[in-house]
Amino acid sequence: MSLAVPGLRIGLSRDDLMMRAGVVLLAGLLLVMLGLPLWALLAKGFEDRDGKFVGLANYISYFSTPALFQSALNSLQVASITTAIVVPLAFLYAYALTRTVLPMRWLFQGISLIPIFAPSLLPGIALIYLFGTQGFFKALLGDGSIYGIDGIVIAQVFYCFPHATLILTTALATADARLYEAADVLGASKRRVFFTVTLPGAKYGLISAALVVFTLVMTDFGIAKVIGGNFNVLATDVYKKVIGQQDFSMGAVVGMVLLAPAALAFLVDRLVQRKQVALLTARAVPLVPRPKFARDLFFTLFCLLVSAAILAILGMAIWGSLIKYWPYNLSLTLDNYDFAKFDSNGWDSYWNSVRMALGAAVFGTVLMFTGAWLNEKTRGFGMMRGVVQFLAFLPMAVPGLVLGLGYIFFFNAPNNPLNFLYATMGILVVNTVAHFYTVGHLTATTALKQIDPEFEAVSASLKVPVWRTFTRVTAPICLPAILDIAIYLFVNAMTTVSSVIFLYAPDTKLASVAAVNIEEAGTTAAAAALCVVIVLTSAAVKAAHLIADRFLFARLQVWRRR
Amino acid sequence: MTNYLEVRNLSKRFGDFSALGDVSLDVVEGEFVCFLGPSGCGKTTLLRAIAGLDPQTSGTIRQKGRDVSALPPAQRDFGIVFQSYALFPNLSVTDNVGYGLVSRRQNRAAILKRVTELLALVGLPDAGPKYPAQLSGGQQQRVALARALATSPGLLLLDEPLSALDARVRLRLRHEIKALQRTLGVTTIMVTHDQEEALTMADRIVVMNHGAIEQVGTPQEIYRRPATAFVADFVGSMNFLAGTLMAPDKVRVAGVDFDCPVQAGLAPGQKVSLCIRPEDVRVRDLPADIVNRVPVEVAELDFVGAFCRATLRAQAAADVALTADFSSNLIRDLGVDIGTKLDIALPPDRLRVFA
Repeated sequence: MSLAVPGLRIGLSRDDLMMRAGVVLLAGLLLVMLGLPLWALLAKGFEDRDGKFVGLANYISYFSTPALFQSALNSLQVASITTAIVVPLAFLYAYALTRTVLPMRWLFQGISLIPIFAPSLLPGIALIYLFGTQGFFKALLGDGSIYGIDGIVIAQVFYCFPHATLILTTALATADARLYEAADVLGASKRRVFFTVTLPGAKYGLISAALVVFTLVMTDFGIAKVIGGNFNVLATDVYKKVIGQQDFSMGAVVGMVLLAPAALAFLVDRLVQRKQVALLTARAVPLVPRPKFARDLFFTLFCLLVSAAILAILGMAIWGSLIKYWPYNLSLTLDNYDFAKFDSNGWDSYWNSVRMALGAAVFGTVLMFTGAWLNEKTRGFGMMRGVVQFLAFLPMAVPGLVLGLGYIFFFNAPNNPLNFLYATMGILVVNTVAHFYTVGHLTATTALKQIDPEFEAVSASLKVPVWRTFTRVTAPICLPAILDIAIYLFVNAMTTVSSVIFLYAPDTKLASVAAVNIEEAGTTAAAAALCVVIVLTSAAVKAAHLIADRFLFARLQVWRRR
Repeated sequence: MTNYLEVRNLSKRFGDFSALGDVSLDVVEGEFVCFLGPSGCGKTTLLRAIAGLDPQTSGTIRQKGRDVSALPPAQRDFGIVFQSYALFPNLSVTDNVGYGLVSRRQNRAAILKRVTELLALVGLPDAGPKYPAQLSGGQQQRVALARALATSPGLLLLDEPLSALDARVRLRLRHEIKALQRTLGVTTIMVTHDQEEALTMADRIVVMNHGAIEQVGTPQEIYRRPATAFVADFVGSMNFLAGTLMAPDKVRVAGVDFDCPVQAGLAPGQKVSLCIRPEDVRVRDLPADIVNRVPVEVAELDFVGAFCRATLRAQAAADVALTADFSSNLIRDLGVDIGTKLDIALPPDRLRVFA
């Protein structure tokens, strides 16, 4: 009896139109920031030096050059070994933080995060001081040398440790105490409980941590640059091809080879995450560890040892930066902080870094949060929102070096109207925001999913424009997440080397890049000093965030109190 | 009485799944209508289509004579209260209630006066400066109600407004919302899965199942004369006895013929269910010539508080069982216990027959 009514087209309100226009704009922006540069990189791999299409010739020549192919194997080897060391280490550390009674837990947690605030070349430099040709403990190595795979692995362990620890702490923190009570009541042994309850609960965290560490090592450039010696890896090859030999096509090919494992790891992680169901239901009882002397003592000692190692590496870099002439004159000096003596930019590169980090934090946070909101809350428009979602996840799978390379090819093309951006501070900001887009987007999306989904429906029924609810309700509620994104961007912009190394101009050189250059020129102490300044800056910003969070925002957000 | 809302042939599909199939419905101005049904029956889908939040696939909706079928929510005239309240946590109660008034460019004094008036109306005159997190669930729901009513909408939509509250608060709010609705005379549609809520609050109930309307009627009609077996089963308790229709007014169950109201739509010989509510089973003072008399034995007796629910087995056919509600008085007076044998009668005017 029903009449055949053709599919109804619902009218769009002004809000709908505005939000759809916003989504289109966002998709366009992300396309320029990510899609097109990567496309340019892909295309470059099929061209010769003069820009003529040569098909797979570059790839064939790549895989038939043993030295280049060896780098790929080297990268895989370093990544595998580092992953095998970091993940168990981080698991024990995270276990100590979440499942045992640890004195001064907050301090151990804080120390484990230190490497995040440092550029990746810092551990490399510290190892040179400790075990280098003139190192303190050189004798311990006998005939061995720290330059090469051993040095890279040790430095990578330091650099990747906080990332794995963060993931595993989250995985282990969400435990249901009732599962453990049930296992206890059923008389399961400690061993059995560990293998049947604890480990399965952290399974996805372990896989995730392993993939993240693997990708980090594969794509990191600073460590291998500083301490790799003659041990070539993919990341240093890209740098040598592009900066050393100006062979952009071959650089693009190595970049694509570098992209493959990172993209693969990302895909595996997505697949695994999709299988994960919420282990912690709303009715779960959080697990509170009870004191147990032997266990707590063991884990306290373990954490002390790991923390001491982290602090030793950081401390070595600081000490090295303060020493007059290693190892002959160990008296202290601040001369190494007079950067003008080592690099024509002097302290300017530091201020460039701060400006760039601030720019990325402001521009990136606004873009990521507004973008996530538009993509979450726009009614209908599924196709376009899918495009945005894909582009927002893309950077996670793209190493910084590869993205930076794509930026050269795309923005430096003479016929690109955006060419004016090339070699400006603007392109560094845009590149950094693009490079770290995924985490910010995810943080914002998670925060938005946690608030009541009906705010927009209520506003519509009250005839209040949706942007007003965004500025008056949604954004204020999500302020903690917004600050998290801003700090994340600031810290990463301060420390990143990989993607910006191809993009700076003489007057926009960044501190992290200057550190690489200074180290390359042989003045390790000044490079260490620059790294220390970067660590202090990003750690200070993070500390200010924590303090503000505790005192200022608690007052701004009285409404959270019950 | 004029139709305030006219829903015609409304359908909603998600891929292959039909959430609403060809639903038509009229709502009279000033009426309180409840959409009642189990979860997944389409009641919330219908409400959200009326609001324009999740538009229908086909069909039309007219509100006060105006075709709103294709209008976005912002261009329709309604206030809405959600199960989650959706109060803005960072705004005070005053700002929440006045949220829709601010954008109408009224002056602050007028807004404040209206907010004060509304808060008094919902019984929270002093809550203004508080934040939602400082209020109890019931209080938050009242603030949500005040906010929805602030702009004086022509239609009030309530999406399971009481489900998140505990039983005692729920009972009190039922009466308050109903009284408020009567005072304001605002046409109201409420979605609920709680039949008691629907029976006590609604002027009319729309019982839904599998994306279709099963029956529309006053609470009394729905309870006394359920139109389908689904309604009979979903609203209140009901005994279903398997039988065969022998004549238009006779159903045979386990070899015994029962008198029942004349069944026009069913053919003799058809398998049917003979239905009676537990409280309609007669026990006391049965006249000697009463029809539908059955000798039974008490098999189980469940104490429910105000009364006992008894499971009775026919003495002639032990596999035929039905439940009956016995008052405490009756149990005491007749000395009913498990194993007691007694005669009951099924009054023909209380019997329903479904295919």
